[in-house]
Amino acid sequence: MNDLLSVENLRFDNCHGKRWQNKGSKFTLGPINFSIQAGETLAIVGANGSGKSLLAKLLVGLEQPDSGSIYLNERKLEHYDNKHRVLNIRMVFQNSNESLNPGITLGSILEEPLKLNTRLDNQARIAKVEQTLKLVGLLPEHRFFYRHMLSDGQRQRVALARAIILNPQVIVADEPFAALDPSVRSQTVNLLMELQRELGLGFIFISHNLGIVRHISDKILVMKQGKVVESGKTDVIFHWPKDEYTKKLVHAHQALINGQS
Amino acid sequence: MPRLNLYQEEYYPSPIQNTWKEFKENHAALLSLYCVIFFIFLMIFGPFLAPYDPLQQNIDLLLVPPAWDNNGDISYLFGTDGLGRDMLSRIIYGCRMTFGISLVLVIISMLVGVALGAMAGMSKGLRSSVVNHLLDSIMAIPTLLIAIIIIAIVGTGLVNSMWAISLALIPQFIHQTRDIVRQKMKKEYVLAAQLDGAGKIHIFFNSILPNMAEMLVVQVTLALSVAILDISALGFLNLGAQAPSPELGALLSEGLTTAYVAPWNIALPGAAIFFMMMSINLVGDGLRSALRYRLLR
Repeated sequence: MNDLLSVENLRFDNCHGKRWQNKGSKFTLGPINFSIQAGETLAIVGANGSGKSLLAKLLVGLEQPDSGSIYLNERKLEHYDNKHRVLNIRMVFQNSNESLNPGITLGSILEEPLKLNTRLDNQARIAKVEQTLKLVGLLPEHRFFYRHMLSDGQRQRVALARAIILNPQVIVADEPFAALDPSVRSQTVNLLMELQRELGLGFIFISHNLGIVRHISDKILVMKQGKVVESGKTDVIFHWPKDEYTKKLVHAHQALINGQS
Repeated sequence: MPRLNLYQEEYYPSPIQNTWKEFKENHAALLSLYCVIFFIFLMIFGPFLAPYDPLQQNIDLLLVPPAWDNNGDISYLFGTDGLGRDMLSRIIYGCRMTFGISLVLVIISMLVGVALGAMAGMSKGLRSSVVNHLLDSIMAIPTLLIAIIIIAIVGTGLVNSMWAISLALIPQFIHQTRDIVRQKMKKEYVLAAQLDGAGKIHIFFNSILPNMAEMLVVQVTLALSVAILDISALGFLNLGAQAPSPELGALLSEGLTTAYVAPWNIALPGAAIFFMMMSINLVGDGLRSALRYRLLR
């Protein structure tokens, strides 16, 4: 089976642009290799500052990698080829509170990607917005609402709606569940898995919560200080961690679960 | 397929309706809004309302007191001035002139200022700084002084004072806009809009401008009151609008010569300026709080 998204030797050095402003600390990300297939979930775990969010930004095209390449459906994604990337790789931000514009209604927030990337007319756009809102478990009427009228869980759903409204093939989510309480979190997780099954999405997500990672992901990428220390199938990593760092993570997780029950 | 509408009574107000709802709660602001609407009405329909030509002199009826005085005449509601010109017509034309010119000036300087400020805010480095501080030197000098300097060079006249005032109003808009744009560009929703494939112009109009309304309203009302004051001050000093033209400041300075005999000649134009300023400031204040609370409730 063909890979939906694959990344080869992706590298990024954190000293761009202003060469005269030579900064002391230098952060290097990569080289990173991975690939996912349609309907598969890849989880990226690691400590704070290990370059997880940076990797997400590289994937969606907010940052430009120094070397290496990203292939979508075996076609290389160039940095300037934004249109193609926007349509197929979408991002869900860590803090949905910040990523929704407070000054406009949810309807106009969701309409924006449609306006920019499709040729739908006004009516079709509204229909699409309502359909997407229903898909993520909100009401069509929510398009008249402002951000401040929603709860955190609902906001997360809107952020998700924004990601899937263009029918992408890959969704990159940067800790989408971090700000939610456990019950809403599990609702959102189930919603995501359902959507993934329905739409056949490839899903890359970044998380601290190993419980969720174990629950939904097929593959795991463990990162430490910008390097991939271990990667492989979820079951394998959880049962037979090889690297010292991964072992620590898994043991901490096991201890937490055993302590709870 | 028509959507099943279960809750007929449910009603979703648009942003503007929301703002209006909040605005209505503030009675002083609402009253002032009517006042401003009245001035705008005067501005547009003044020539049809004024009973006489504001420049027409009537030597038989010099310094007739207002109608409510014992010696007053109902056909000259606000009395006449030292040359027998009808005060009511002159004040109507004066409001038209002062208010209209200030409005035009503020709109022009807002457009220029916001455009430059947005440019400065969206770009980086030296270019941003240059655009941002382009007109800063003007801010160091009071508006009136710049106006006087310009008038000293090009000569007196209404148009010259208009140039001076609009130049003086622009830097404020530039700075405020740049600060807000800078601040909003760091927000994640702008990042999200970038990921939607939005260009800079699209981001400015769709993501940043809706969040700038509050600041714009405040700035416009401030600028409007400054403009009205400056236009009439220059008229009063005989530097702006020249003597026969019915501009409120010029009316005041003309009335000053007969102030002891005919106090209504300065009281009435003064009251007109006062009402204009007060209603604009109150409307601005009410709008600002309405816009702020719209997003909180």
